[in-house]
Amino acid sequence: MATYLEFIQQNEERDGVRFSWNVWPSSRLEATRMVVPLACLLTPLKERLDLPPVQYEPVLCSRPTCKAVLNPLCQVDYRAKLWACNFCFQRNQFPPAYAGISEVNQPAELMPQFSTIEYIVQRGPQTPLIFLYVVDTCLEEEDLQALKESLQMSLSLLPADALVGLITFGRMVQVHELSCEGISKSYVFRGTKDLTAKQIQDMLGLSRPAVPIQQGRPLQTPEQPVISSRFLQPVHKIDMNLTDLLGELQRDPWPVTQGKRPLRSTGVALSIAVGLLEGTFPNTGARIMLFTGGPPTQGPGMVVGDELKTPIRSWHDIEKDNARFMKKATKHYETLANRTAANGHCIDIYACALDQTGLLEMKCCANLTGGHMVMGDSFNTSLFKQTFQRVFNKGFNGEFRMAFGASLDVKTSRELKIAGAIGPCISLNAKGPCVSENELGIGGTSQWKICSLDPSTTLAIYFEVVNQHNAPIPQGGRGAVQFVTQYQHSSTQKRIRVTTIARNWADAQSQLQHIEAAFDQEAAAVLMARLGVYRAESEEGPDVLRWLDRQLIRLCQKFGQYNKDDPNSFRLSESFSLYPQFMFHLRRSPFLQVFNNSPDESSYYRHHFARQDLTQSLIMIQPILYAYSFHGPPEPVLLDSSSILPDRILLMDTFFQIVIYLGETIAQWQKAGYQDMPEYENFKHLLQAPLDDAQEILQTRFPMPRYIHTEHGGSQARFLLSKVNPSQTHNNLYAWGQ
Amino acid sequence: MSVNQQAHTGPPYGQPQPGYQGYQQPAYGGQPLPGVPQSQYGAYNGPMPGYQQPVPPQGYFPSLGFPSKGSPVSLNSDTSSLAPNFIGSLRAPPTSGAPPPASGASLPSGHLAYSQFGHGDVQNGIPTSAAPMQRPPASQPFLPGSAPTPVSQTSTFQQYGPPPASVQQLSNHMAGMTIGSTTASAPPPAGLGYGPPTSVPPVSGSFSTTGSGLYTPYTASQGPPPTSVSQGLPLAQPPFPGQPISTQRLPTQVPGFAPPPSSTGIGPSSYPPTTGAPRPPTMSGPPLPGQTAAGPPASQPNHVSSPPPPATMAGPHPGPHPGPPMSGLHGPPPPTHPPQPGYQMQQNGSFGQVRGPQPNYGGAYPGTPNYGSQPGPPPPPKRLDPDSIPSPQLNELPPQQKPRHRIDPDAIPSPIQVIEDDRSNRGSEPFVTGVRGQVPPLVTTNFVVKDQGNASPRYIRCTSYNIPCTSDMAKQSQVPLAAVIKPLATLPPEETLPYLVDHGESGPVRCNRCKAYMCPFMQFIEGGRRFQCCFCSCVTEVPPHYFQHLDHTGKRVDFYDRPELSLGSYEFLATVDYCKNNKFPSPPAFIFMIDVSYNAVKSGLVRLICEELKSLIDFLPREGNMEESAIRVGFVTYNKVLHFYNVKSSLAQPQMMVVSDVADMFVPLLDGFLVNVNESRTVIASLLDQIPEMFADTRETETVFAPVIQAGLEALKAAECAGKLFIFHTSLPIAEAPGKLKNRDDKKLINTDKEKTLFQPQTSFYNNLAKDCVAQGCCVDLFLFPNQYLDVATLGVVTYQTGGSIYKYAYFQLETDQDRFLNDLRRDVQKEVGFDAVMRVRTSTGIRATDFFGAFYMSNTTDVEMAGLDCDKTITVEFKHDDKLSEDSGALLQCALLYTSCAGQRRLRIHNLSLNCCTQLADLYRNCETDTLINYLAKHAYRGVLGSPVKTVRDALINQCAQILACYRKNCASPSSAGQLILPECMKLLPVYLNCVLKSDVLQPGPEVTTDDRAYIRQLVTSMDVAETNVFFYPRLLPLTKAEVDSDSLPAAIRNSEERLSKSDIYLLENGLNIFVWVGVNVQQSLIQNLFGVSSFSQISNALSTLPVLENSFSKKVRSIVDMLQVQRSRNMKLIIVKQEDKLEMLFKHFLVEDKSLSGGASYVDFLCHMHKEIRQLLS
Repeated sequence: MATYLEFIQQNEERDGVRFSWNVWPSSRLEATRMVVPLACLLTPLKERLDLPPVQYEPVLCSRPTCKAVLNPLCQVDYRAKLWACNFCFQRNQFPPAYAGISEVNQPAELMPQFSTIEYIVQRGPQTPLIFLYVVDTCLEEEDLQALKESLQMSLSLLPADALVGLITFGRMVQVHELSCEGISKSYVFRGTKDLTAKQIQDMLGLSRPAVPIQQGRPLQTPEQPVISSRFLQPVHKIDMNLTDLLGELQRDPWPVTQGKRPLRSTGVALSIAVGLLEGTFPNTGARIMLFTGGPPTQGPGMVVGDELKTPIRSWHDIEKDNARFMKKATKHYETLANRTAANGHCIDIYACALDQTGLLEMKCCANLTGGHMVMGDSFNTSLFKQTFQRVFNKGFNGEFRMAFGASLDVKTSRELKIAGAIGPCISLNAKGPCVSENELGIGGTSQWKICSLDPSTTLAIYFEVVNQHNAPIPQGGRGAVQFVTQYQHSSTQKRIRVTTIARNWADAQSQLQHIEAAFDQEAAAVLMARLGVYRAESEEGPDVLRWLDRQLIRLCQKFGQYNKDDPNSFRLSESFSLYPQFMFHLRRSPFLQVFNNSPDESSYYRHHFARQDLTQSLIMIQPILYAYSFHGPPEPVLLDSSSILPDRILLMDTFFQIVIYLGETIAQWQKAGYQDMPEYENFKHLLQAPLDDAQEILQTRFPMPRYIHTEHGGSQARFLLSKVNPSQTHNNLYAWGQ
Repeated sequence: MSVNQQAHTGPPYGQPQPGYQGYQQPAYGGQPLPGVPQSQYGAYNGPMPGYQQPVPPQGYFPSLGFPSKGSPVSLNSDTSSLAPNFIGSLRAPPTSGAPPPASGASLPSGHLAYSQFGHGDVQNGIPTSAAPMQRPPASQPFLPGSAPTPVSQTSTFQQYGPPPASVQQLSNHMAGMTIGSTTASAPPPAGLGYGPPTSVPPVSGSFSTTGSGLYTPYTASQGPPPTSVSQGLPLAQPPFPGQPISTQRLPTQVPGFAPPPSSTGIGPSSYPPTTGAPRPPTMSGPPLPGQTAAGPPASQPNHVSSPPPPATMAGPHPGPHPGPPMSGLHGPPPPTHPPQPGYQMQQNGSFGQVRGPQPNYGGAYPGTPNYGSQPGPPPPPKRLDPDSIPSPQLNELPPQQKPRHRIDPDAIPSPIQVIEDDRSNRGSEPFVTGVRGQVPPLVTTNFVVKDQGNASPRYIRCTSYNIPCTSDMAKQSQVPLAAVIKPLATLPPEETLPYLVDHGESGPVRCNRCKAYMCPFMQFIEGGRRFQCCFCSCVTEVPPHYFQHLDHTGKRVDFYDRPELSLGSYEFLATVDYCKNNKFPSPPAFIFMIDVSYNAVKSGLVRLICEELKSLIDFLPREGNMEESAIRVGFVTYNKVLHFYNVKSSLAQPQMMVVSDVADMFVPLLDGFLVNVNESRTVIASLLDQIPEMFADTRETETVFAPVIQAGLEALKAAECAGKLFIFHTSLPIAEAPGKLKNRDDKKLINTDKEKTLFQPQTSFYNNLAKDCVAQGCCVDLFLFPNQYLDVATLGVVTYQTGGSIYKYAYFQLETDQDRFLNDLRRDVQKEVGFDAVMRVRTSTGIRATDFFGAFYMSNTTDVEMAGLDCDKTITVEFKHDDKLSEDSGALLQCALLYTSCAGQRRLRIHNLSLNCCTQLADLYRNCETDTLINYLAKHAYRGVLGSPVKTVRDALINQCAQILACYRKNCASPSSAGQLILPECMKLLPVYLNCVLKSDVLQPGPEVTTDDRAYIRQLVTSMDVAETNVFFYPRLLPLTKAEVDSDSLPAAIRNSEERLSKSDIYLLENGLNIFVWVGVNVQQSLIQNLFGVSSFSQISNALSTLPVLENSFSKKVRSIVDMLQVQRSRNMKLIIVKQEDKLEMLFKHFLVEDKSLSGGASYVDFLCHMHKEIRQLLS
């Protein structure tokens, strides 16, 4: 057998799953002593080019409480055409279609290499994707222009049959009717008044036509819903109209007096967007894309008053309980987010402003619905433009890298229970036998809804070993977990992806080294980090840090080898060696430290941390630092101040920022223009190398990171200096040498 | 005058003066170069030379009326330019036919007359009469000129003056009177004042009839009859006294005068019955009929006399003879007469003329068809004895009278007669407002007003121009003291608009205490350093920049340069202090709000409105000579939700914004909603093209209403301007929204205590909304197109309280109603309008404005607030005593209206009016205006129905009028048999008009009158002016077949009674809302063919809404009459063709107000009897 490293990697490749422990302690007691919980990072829609979906329905266990999907781990009696569920041990008949089954004629789901398998099922009418733009018009002219162009451009990126809608807001909220010719129509709402979904639908004239249609004729005509909404129209039909409409969009005309913020009714606009979709297209894939250039300043969900003299809340205010509007606004957006999630829609937030825009209050909209959150300085930056463009990126097979309305169902074998999940999801409150009473993250359920997800969306799922110490598991017994993800593919197909994995049990007392060796420190770091960040959302920062510290200490206590009172004797095995370092950087990361970050920034960082896959998460925790020099090929170096050398170019990737830093000497050379001299072409190459690498990262990452090119002594160098471990500072730099 | 306008405010005045002077001088020279004008003057000068020289400054008169000390220097100024204007006036004089220039004078007779006057000949009377008759225009201009001179001149001169009826004369008379009066009682002066001016004639109607009647006829027909002339003179004198108006007095005067001969003339008038005799003669004397025809009848009517008189009449000759008997009758001759004697000689001429017309009446009677039959009887003007024996005068007749039930309709006062009399007596001369307490001509008379210190009657009319000094008197008489004010009234082109005075940053000069604005009645003292307020007597410093020296008469030297010192009406430019929020207002906006529910779309209304608006927006009101209107426009359509439109000029296509949150209305856009028409023309056109298309398939039948107004209000708020909403609405707003209404129409409530609820709004919501609208200056005009009950009483609340107008087109059909609607719409959009107006009426200490009627809102007890005020809106103000008034100082009214003009300029319009005060009831009754009284009474009653059962209101109305008349009878009329009904001359039409009010749909609805109609009319009447109420309650009935095809005059109206309709004629009846064309069954086919283009009576279609355009003179004539009438009214009247004996005739008969109505209204005769009974009850 290959090393655990390979095993882990292979599992990740195949199933998109990484467990903190790959050999599981067999009793509850032992499991708790492991400090790091048994948990996994699941990337439900991990791109699998080699995985052709099968065009039939999965076979389910007939026990109503189980309903696990037939998988390679099931025992099959080919003669009796029976299979035993590996979770509940129920014996099930194969359906008639499987009559021809035999050892040599197995369906795909029984083959071991198909531990992850995707079914395409035909259920219900296919509804096209829906994109509802909610656009702030209280922008600077330049910003608005850029945004309009981006939006117009985006129309060409949408699937032709996708439905689009447009809501603009400022002091008022306008819902634009797109079907009409000639005069452009819009429904206007006051920005200060919250309306129920019913009211909104009444006012938009949606409620009445809907009723007779449903009663009059059964839902036979799939196009019916399309026609029923004048506000959402197929792109191909109103492409031109909408382009013109966007082109004519004006800044909010209401005067903004000196010393005031423009009145921005973000709260109501979102509420109407949600209400509109709720009434017309419940439970279909839909994105509400909110573009805002400032904080909501009126109506429900207002974050700050319109007086410029009162600044928007800071962490300081929040700690002192001085943020007047925060609680109410948060509640408003939470309500909206829950409604949206219940309908299977998602909300993206694209906030571009130099000041805060209220992401702290609105974060739940994106967090609970799986929407994107993008923060920038201006809509007129490549950061926004490219990021936005990337939302509509297509995968290798020409399909949009987005899926909608997913529900994730987790099933476990008896020894395990589900403690919770952390990620862009909400609970579906599916209580079952495999749900633990102890909650980690969003718990109390075995099912979650993920309204929008892409191939990299990753959830952390925490388990609890419930097997009692006195009920040993037979040797060779394996614990199994099945993840069933039903979702709407971007092609509007309904699909079900099923991943079933199994791990060995081991007795922690006798086989600790097995368990230890099967520790996935990277996954563990991310899983612990998610827990920490999750707790940080609701707890005081220092408490979380203390908790993290204690966990680390306990882990080291458990797995370290040391002699008492001798720090130098401390050793950790290879599989744990990096873990403390991750924890160190995690403690310093913006996910847990709010100093020097605005509440919006914190929310933004945490949002992304809670959904990225393991690799990206690690980068976030511990930025990657590459060094380029004449001394050899580019190499990763320690994220430490000692890595900053005069003759090096450093490339730092913190996920959110890409920093290229020219060492002192290099910078001088560059100033002297050596790179332009033919004889120093190598220097030119050296300068170019990090740029190329950075470009590569920039091209692929979502959201697009901030790109910073600086040099020794440059003001932007602070981005680098704030990240590195300050082993050398102006205080000790000289002392170090002595 | 026109010159002045051009010249602008202050300076203009100055200039004109010079001009005049210049002219005059040459004229005086005796050889005026410029042909006509000079000569004219010259003629004048003749008599005046002596005067004129000293007076030179008077040159102004033409404009100002008063002699001033114009600076001679200014004379030099460009005379040429001024000349034209003056010419007009100059010409007038020429008529007088300056002896020398003769050339100028076209009218020989005129010259003669003048000359005669000059001489002081007895004959003046005749000539004068002749003159006015012949050249009405001339006489007008003349007046001013003559006026000045007279003042200083001697009596002889005065004589001259009289004919012109100019102010000056008055003054002269006044002086004379007073002198004379010394012997006589105080009251006379007033009488005198009246007499001389034009007013006299009408008033004295009855009196003059005898005396003057004779004269006029003669002059007219025979002109020369010397004999008559001679008589006339003496008679004329008495007439003066007679002028006091009241018939009663006249009689009294007669005796006093003693001059039996003269008295004779009087006698007839006053004691008509006896004198009546004279009339008959006139009657008989065919000559009269022609010219005088109209006049004479009036006299008769006054004294509703029983048939007997006629008999007597027959016997007696014209004025003279009857006199004596009369005198006997007239026991209580007013003191005024005595003074006259002295004057008589001098002034007689003038008076005679004046009265002349009245005498004409006598003639008139015969002239008019109806009368023709019974010319004789009418003469006994004064008394009507419904049941009992005629007045003593008629001793002879008594027997006849006895058949009381058989009252001859022709014997009772005829509105037609009164109108015609006034028209012929006073229509020809300008009404100069310089004198305090003058009673203006009737509203039905066409006359020109010259503002010489009092507001034109077009702006203010009072129920009485002589106010009792004490509240006791006022209570005793029960005559309501009220003024009907139309602050922005439209003036005929020949009259000058109020001048705009700009006092710069300091704003208008005002009294420190009562805040009254500077006006002609303010008294400057201490060499001009201070002025004493004419209202509260407080002394205020004159601001330094306003200081001016006084001349020796205590008048400011710049008197004529400043409109606010010399005119009755003028405007001030308001400073920022007078503006809301201390900010100058922005130009107002018009918002068109169109109902696009199913009904509106289906009937074609939406398309019609949109089409019309496309062109109409180019005719928004403009200020002065501005090239384009400053008014911005906005568009909204609505059904259950509202659609706003962005029509910003930069857009290629309009944008529609739907607001469905009707519970909490707001305006969804700021920029682009209200736009300048020229800038956004294409976008607007595109919008108006598309609106009908967009809603062509609508199935929405429900509408909202309150949110529509709220939307307009919010839009104006957002734009920070005042404005007007034009709402086109079709149905009861039943959609779920604020202000939602339910159908509560219930005819069973009629005649119950709950009937009033039908007039009250369903909910107070609209009252509150109206309040908000007024605060913002948001005026709401409502066009209703109901197919069923839509609760006008409630929908109209906002319109009513914001000073807007309601137009209602029940069962609107495109084919028949479109023209009417479009005409109304055009007029409504184009008419002059002020916004955000506040009006306050200040009065002399002693009386106080206590009650207000009209379309407005009041947040306190003194200020009338109107979001919008247009040129048709009228406010009736009632005054009550809170102290005593003095006869010497009279009573002053100052109506100040602060408003924003259509270009957004903040202005103050000031109207001043001075009234006399009296201690004698007779003076009060002599100076009343029945039309105005009816206007007040109707409004009062119509408001009463909101709070009391209709029956109570009716009874109160009858009771009040009975008291008024009883008081007169008791205190002013000569003692006579209780069986006689004696009506004051000025109020002789009160019963007939009152009966019309009582029979109106609001107070006595017939079964076919809908609740909405009643509410609609109730609100409509409340803002009507006197002319409108006059015709509304007593419709005009014109025999079309009698129309002279060649002239552009209207045929003589006839009384509203079925008896007067001939089966072989075609009649037209109009009441301001409808025009009926009634076709008799026996009408000649040719007429039918000519008018309707069909060959027979039976083929005439009822459905016609306009008369077919046919190329024949009759058709043209009729159509021109219809057009003429339409122009006169503020609303386009609905034309209804009624065929005799057709179903529709029932509707038509409803408007024959002298007849018994189907809904139970009494006939005129019956009502008169009833009134008489009431009066007798009160007296006993």
